[in-house]
Amino acid sequence: MEKIPILKMGQFLLVTIQVDLYDRLALNLESDLVQMVSTTEARGVLIDISAVSIVDSFMGRIIGNIASMSKIMDAVTVVVGMQPAVAITLIELGLPLSGVHTALNVEKGMELLKNKILVNGEVPDYDDDEQYDDLDSTQ
Amino acid sequence: MEKSRITTTTNSMTILTVLNRDNFKIEREQDVVPFRNRVKEHAVKIGMGLVNQTKLITAASELVRNMLRYANGGEILIEVVSKIRENGIRLTFTDKGPGIENVETAMKDGFSTGKSLGLGLPGAKRLSSEFTINSVVGKGTVVTIIKWKNG
Repeated sequence: MEKIPILKMGQFLLVTIQVDLYDRLALNLESDLVQMVSTTEARGVLIDISAVSIVDSFMGRIIGNIASMSKIMDAVTVVVGMQPAVAITLIELGLPLSGVHTALNVEKGMELLKNKILVNGEVPDYDDDEQYDDLDSTQ
Repeated sequence: MEKSRITTTTNSMTILTVLNRDNFKIEREQDVVPFRNRVKEHAVKIGMGLVNQTKLITAASELVRNMLRYANGGEILIEVVSKIRENGIRLTFTDKGPGIENVETAMKDGFSTGKSLGLGLPGAKRLSSEFTINSVVGKGTVVTIIKWKNG
């Protein structure tokens, strides 16, 4: 059975989706990730979907689920690297993914995560949140 | 893949020419990814742009999921069609499932008899250039979509 690897980097979990997902694989990723958040006490989850050419309603729902599940486990989820064609398709499909934090690439996503966790926890170091496409802030 | 030229008529009575046809059987979830790749191959071959390709494959993905979930699979006819000066891809999803009792309700956003978001059918319609659905309760469902190269 194929599996999407989840890497632990400090207090973050890193997931790079390199294959086209079928439903079972996406569901497994969802439960694996939530499990990992619990066992590693991760504060942030970064999902890189730059290699994903299709996000349909099922996959979109999984992304939303991961974000809300992590949230109630006290971790922040950021989805990075969405292809422009995928973004266009998602909106037309009717899935705006509100409630999911996004960033253009891994680097920016990492910084967004660091910011979020610092703001929630200790001393906020810097305050340049606006440059990120933070869908949650519009709510 | 057999080459044939068959003409059919659409709702608008415009003559459609079928340039190429290809059958694909869906029996399990793992067939979905190869199917999406096959559709992509055909779309690339006619020079469809990336955004339209993505819309077409996403719509196809929604419809294949319905077929698997509610009818345990089915068959898809992939055709390259041509109308006057425009080429496109036509996909016909045929299943022998339970059929849809109320198609009008099923086409509404947020309606689902399963546990999904209810975006499959209405979403697929929004992403396609042309969309037709025929369902007979107890017999099955046929969904046909067309995505034009530039539309």
